[in-house]
Amino acid sequence: MSSPAQLRPRSDALVDRLRAGGHEHEEALGELHALLLRAARFEVARRRAALPHLRGDELDDVALEAADDALVAVLAKLDDFRGTTHFKTWVYKFALLETANRLRRRDWQRREIPLDAEDWSLFATSAGSPAAEAERAELLSAVQHAIATALTPRQRDVLVAVALNDVPADVLAERLGTTRGALYKVLYDARHKLSSELARFGLTPAGA
Amino acid sequence: MPTPHAVNRGSPLRRLLRSLKVEVLCDECFERLDELVELELAGVDAADRLSGVRAHLDRCGACREEYESLGALLQADADAERG
Repeated sequence: MSSPAQLRPRSDALVDRLRAGGHEHEEALGELHALLLRAARFEVARRRAALPHLRGDELDDVALEAADDALVAVLAKLDDFRGTTHFKTWVYKFALLETANRLRRRDWQRREIPLDAEDWSLFATSAGSPAAEAERAELLSAVQHAIATALTPRQRDVLVAVALNDVPADVLAERLGTTRGALYKVLYDARHKLSSELARFGLTPAGA
Repeated sequence: MPTPHAVNRGSPLRRLLRSLKVEVLCDECFERLDELVELELAGVDAADRLSGVRAHLDRCGACREEYESLGALLQADADAERG
């Protein structure tokens, strides 16, 4: 791959043919789908060991469905491609996203999503000296109070699930009937509220 | 008054506090992901230009997985081209 260090817009034969019409466009679509399927299968192969409950043909189906959906997404966004990277790199990320989303959702299909942080033993790590332990307990209490009082129920659910319990954002978005982007906006707002609330008590995440 | 240095590195509380600094959202991260990966594979320091994306990747597991996959896939392509 040549260096993209200067990130100058470049022409790409495939994207030019996708923007063309007729037979050339049809052929280019086939080439694009092949690239997307390669990326989808690559992602499936990377995650295969963590998905022992899925059979080989199910994984093949996931890759094919992801490549199909990525094709639709790429075509819808084609005008956004500015040529600052290779077209292949740009399209790969759509296939990787679609595949990873599907596999994360499969992985969490039978798992309960933890939406509460009532089990604060999660935070029961030793802080060292008694003084440091007391300081940590005070901070924890401030965070608990801020989460309980400053956030809306939805902000609380999202923050606790994603930021505390490591639920993937796309998995939670599907359960809540929203999109990953919309969910991250909720998370973004929750983080700012919480941050402001902690700042009121002289606490800042700057050193965290 | 407690200070953040009282929090253990890597503890859930520390992760929560660190996450409060996120400014770039997933959508923007996805838009710039190809640029970051190509720059890094070319050995270019993208820290200044894409610091917000890098910060997001440190805190968002889903985006980080996709970033790692894209880098690995491009590297596999480059290895295959070299034969």
